[in-house]
Amino acid sequence: MDDFARAVEALRPQLLRFARAQLRNDAWAEDAVSETLLAALEKPQSFGGRSQLKTWLVGILKHKVVDQLRRHQREATVFTPDDAQDLDDGLFGPNGEWRELPVDWGDPEHALRQAQFFDVLEACVEHLPPAQGRAFMMREWLDLETDEICKSLGITSTNLWVMLHRARLRLRECLQANWFAADGTKAV
Amino acid sequence: MFERSCKEVTRLVLAGEDQRLGLVDRLAVRLHLRACKACPRFVEQVAFMRLAMRRWRAYRESDEAAPPAT
Repeated sequence: MDDFARAVEALRPQLLRFARAQLRNDAWAEDAVSETLLAALEKPQSFGGRSQLKTWLVGILKHKVVDQLRRHQREATVFTPDDAQDLDDGLFGPNGEWRELPVDWGDPEHALRQAQFFDVLEACVEHLPPAQGRAFMMREWLDLETDEICKSLGITSTNLWVMLHRARLRLRECLQANWFAADGTKAV
Repeated sequence: MFERSCKEVTRLVLAGEDQRLGLVDRLAVRLHLRACKACPRFVEQVAFMRLAMRRWRAYRESDEAAPPAT
């Protein structure tokens, strides 16, 4: 194995972590990463050292992740009972008013300086129901426009809006419960 | 025409993360936010989540071992 191959292979665990966060399925993640490494090793000259190796690989991986989602479209969009749960009724009263005043989360930079915050964020995203989590990560990490997400997943835009809406409300609730309500971590 | 409940404003604010809202909706949200105590907090929380997701992504995509420090 040459140095390039070794350097690429060394990044496999990080790429797997990235792929798992998006795909929520170990086998698909393994496939996406293997395809990425293969593509990289086949065309080392296209790296050219312009960017960091990892950044370059992540760029390839994003395409492979979308390929996987397209390939497994039907399974990727299976709704669990969790996906169907609507949080709005818990948040709002009969006239659409907040049941409880949303908490002031303070200065974002305070939380974003702390490594533990990102552990909580990661755990909260992992706890999203699978279909919701996939759609949300396609939007946030793959930076895809909503019509591309609908096309890749084979869902309607109405479906997607509902999924993204629920995902964001859930993420908010999880951060509230596990970061902002925890003692000593909130910005004073 | 511009009357919106907090629940509706919340839905619009979240939709605004993924699409450009129509003029009437944008105005309705703006008017509501001026008069409401709760919804501006929600808007800040949404902005926080957007920023947090962006930072997390940058940190996972780059070679940095830790979240970008200040």
